[in-house]
Amino acid sequence: MSEGEMARLMEEVEEKKKLIATIRNKPWRMKRRLVLLREAQQFVDKFEGALGKGKGRKWYAYKVMMTKKWIKFQRDFENFRTACIPWERKIKEVESHFGSSVASYFIFLRWMYGMNLVLFGLTFGLVVMPEVLMGLPYGSIPRKTVPRAEQDTAQDYSVLMDFNGYCKYSVLFYGYYNNQRTIGLLKFRLPLAYLMVGLGTFGYSLMLVIRTMAKNADVGGGDGDEGEFTFAWKMFTSWDYLIGNAETADNKYASITTSFKESIVDEQENQKDENIHLRRFLRVLANFLITCSLGGSGYLIYFVVKRSQEFANRDDLSWYEKNELELIMSLLGLVCPPLFETIAELEDYHPRIALKWQLGRIFALFLGNLYTFLFALFDEVNTKLEEEGSIKNASIWAMKEYYANFSLPVNDSDATPPPMDPGDVILGPCWETAVGIEFVKLTVSDIQVTYLTILIGDFARAVIVRFLNYCWCWDLEAGFPSYGEFDISGNVLGLVFNQGMIWMGAFYAPGLVGINVLRLLSSMYYQCWAVMATNVPHERVFKASKSNNFYMGLLLLVLFLSLLPVVYTIMSLPPSFDCGPFSGKEKMFDVIMETIDLDLPAFMGTLFSYAANPGLIIPAVLLMVLAIYYLNSTSEAYQNANMELKKKMQMARDEEKNRRNNTDSTNQVMKDLEDLLPNRSLAPPALPEPAEKPKEPEGKPTKTRGGAAGKGVDLQKDVSLASSNPNAREPVTRAPGARGRGQPPGGRGRGGPPPR
Amino acid sequence: MGTTASQLDKGMLSEYQELTFLTKQEILLAYKRFSELLPKEETNGLSYRIPMNAILELPELKTNPFNKRICMVFSTSDSHDGSLSFDDFLDLLSAFSDSATLEIKSHYAFRIFDFDDDGTLGRQDLEKLVNCLTGGTVDTSLTPEEMKQLIDNILEESDIDKDGTVNLSEFQHVISRSPDFVSSFKIVL
Repeated sequence: MSEGEMARLMEEVEEKKKLIATIRNKPWRMKRRLVLLREAQQFVDKFEGALGKGKGRKWYAYKVMMTKKWIKFQRDFENFRTACIPWERKIKEVESHFGSSVASYFIFLRWMYGMNLVLFGLTFGLVVMPEVLMGLPYGSIPRKTVPRAEQDTAQDYSVLMDFNGYCKYSVLFYGYYNNQRTIGLLKFRLPLAYLMVGLGTFGYSLMLVIRTMAKNADVGGGDGDEGEFTFAWKMFTSWDYLIGNAETADNKYASITTSFKESIVDEQENQKDENIHLRRFLRVLANFLITCSLGGSGYLIYFVVKRSQEFANRDDLSWYEKNELELIMSLLGLVCPPLFETIAELEDYHPRIALKWQLGRIFALFLGNLYTFLFALFDEVNTKLEEEGSIKNASIWAMKEYYANFSLPVNDSDATPPPMDPGDVILGPCWETAVGIEFVKLTVSDIQVTYLTILIGDFARAVIVRFLNYCWCWDLEAGFPSYGEFDISGNVLGLVFNQGMIWMGAFYAPGLVGINVLRLLSSMYYQCWAVMATNVPHERVFKASKSNNFYMGLLLLVLFLSLLPVVYTIMSLPPSFDCGPFSGKEKMFDVIMETIDLDLPAFMGTLFSYAANPGLIIPAVLLMVLAIYYLNSTSEAYQNANMELKKKMQMARDEEKNRRNNTDSTNQVMKDLEDLLPNRSLAPPALPEPAEKPKEPEGKPTKTRGGAAGKGVDLQKDVSLASSNPNAREPVTRAPGARGRGQPPGGRGRGGPPPR
Repeated sequence: MGTTASQLDKGMLSEYQELTFLTKQEILLAYKRFSELLPKEETNGLSYRIPMNAILELPELKTNPFNKRICMVFSTSDSHDGSLSFDDFLDLLSAFSDSATLEIKSHYAFRIFDFDDDGTLGRQDLEKLVNCLTGGTVDTSLTPEEMKQLIDNILEESDIDKDGTVNLSEFQHVISRSPDFVSSFKIVL
């Protein structure tokens, strides 16, 4: 075969292959697609074999084979990955009973579980396991041993519940880890690993959240104007095809009817001439009340933290006093949102707007609480740091005393005294472990409060409504308590903030991520059961339609906010002198400097020192700022171009409409142009006559070219939207060439051309 | 389960994977559910057509207001009785699957909403559509004035060439802007 023939054949083969790849995108019948597929496959197989023979073609044949194998591998991998996704059945059941909005919470929960699982794997594999397997065992050095004074009570349940005793001196917390530069045979650099995993947690989460946001933004359909197609969307897209349950379907019917009626009424009546002043006053009042309660809750937390510091010095604490801080925080998170909702009744907004306000306020509440908690914690940390100074002196003194006293009983002066029993060494106040303990306690109490709320607020309520209904004066099911609805936004926010706490605390308590994984796992089963057993589908279903990205955006914000405290402590606070992997260093990140100096080859050290030079960093930052500015202005330019194109499309449509209806142009621009022309009969001939609209009764899907019209700016395509007007004048008699798209001139039984 | 899986041979399975948006597990599950609807004596599931009322018993389709239309649209039977063969069933699941493209979904949605199969959505089609969506009972349906107002509003929004009907391109233009459509137009077995 000649070269030219080969090339042509290769092209054809490529085309067939492309057809095979895109065949599922065509809306044809299965039979037809099957026939085409088999034909294409045969062609490809026959000629690929031929192309693969002969000299110099071995490489081609090999490439073809590898591509086939790669495609098969990809497909198998996709199948495997889909099979691995857990809880598909459960979520599907929830979807069919409650619709896609409630199910979206569970999908979010599952996504979180996946992310936490990866974080847990990182932490466990790179930090906990090496310390357990290759590091020193419990009891060998002071930081790993329960001090003598506490040893009696170290195993008590109440002490363990407080995460003191054996819990405190275990792998769960920062203080356990040794600061040896390398451990074990493999020379594993634990301190470096600890720091890297801590920062890597944030890096991985950031990457994952942004990737998910980008994927969601793709599907969303970008820039549809909010009010553009309200009625059409209500008609065509409001039914949720995942619903498989009669009661949910009934609810959906009712809500669709209500929304139709409402929107019709909205169209008819304009702004009700209400008392604007009263409304404004009420709104200002509501906002004032809410700001007061936010401030109040912040102050309450600060007060409680101060009290807990005082409590730390006493010993005879009741259970309430010990857990006061966590209880108060969780209760605030429970009580304030309904309070905000009741106050918001004053404001009288449309439900969708009211929901946004509510979410914003709950967000502010959680954020305020968390940051107040953090500031109060920082106070505590600073106190501990001051304490450290004095304890350091005290422990060195005690060590000297011990050795001085020890040498007396032994006569043999050559023997070295055994080291002090680890239980006796005075330990510093290890502020990192204290912080870790606070976060763990907070998480645990949050879990307990959430589960209790579901149990009491939903389950007990459902039981009461169901069984007391027989002997109660009014109908409990329809009237006051009735069954609860699933609070999607509250739950999602709770999840987001829980994750924020985990991110903050994971650096000081590596075991926290493990606890969170367990929590998410049990939460999934528990909440699925609770939703199916005790909740009813929502009455008013209105989707906050871009809500997926809204919650992701919230998560991103919380990620940044929880990154700040951790990075601040790494950069500026000195680590404790006797506990944790960074003990003995000035700052935590010194471990990186050490690694660069000692482990990496010399030139890398000089490279890094050059890179850290301000003279290099400042231009880099400037460059990034310029890049942002440039991208911003390009995107603005694109938006302007879009607007122009839309306007042009609108103009073309109007022109066509006017032409069809034989009226004069209403467009001022066109009108001016027309007036300028010397001869009126030369008025716009530019637009070609429209082709027949495809109208085959069986709907054979060969005429789906119109599908591209929605996106294209092509004036030709636009014009083809116009129907064939039986009263059309001149254009219909023009040459068939202008309509030449292979479409039959028959159409709706119009027969021959109309008389001229 | 083992016997049904072996009836769907590997060649057909991989072809179906090429032709539809479904994964291998989804195709096998579809075959299992399809075979459950077959009458006992029928052994070759791939060529038998299941009548419409049996398909409508599936829980995923039972409560859907458009279930009959869906069966009619996807059916390739010559007698236009809405019966589905296995190929048609897979077509249905593929169009309603998670990974189907917007074009496929909007194409089929248009055909489902086109009650009289004339290639456009006229006033009668839209009226029937509204009645389906509001549940069809007397106390939930709209009054004639409200219906007229609603349909006028819809045509105002979507009918670009002002011919009183919504054709495929106009429909796709409207649907492509909607953020909800792809996620709600889904059926999963």
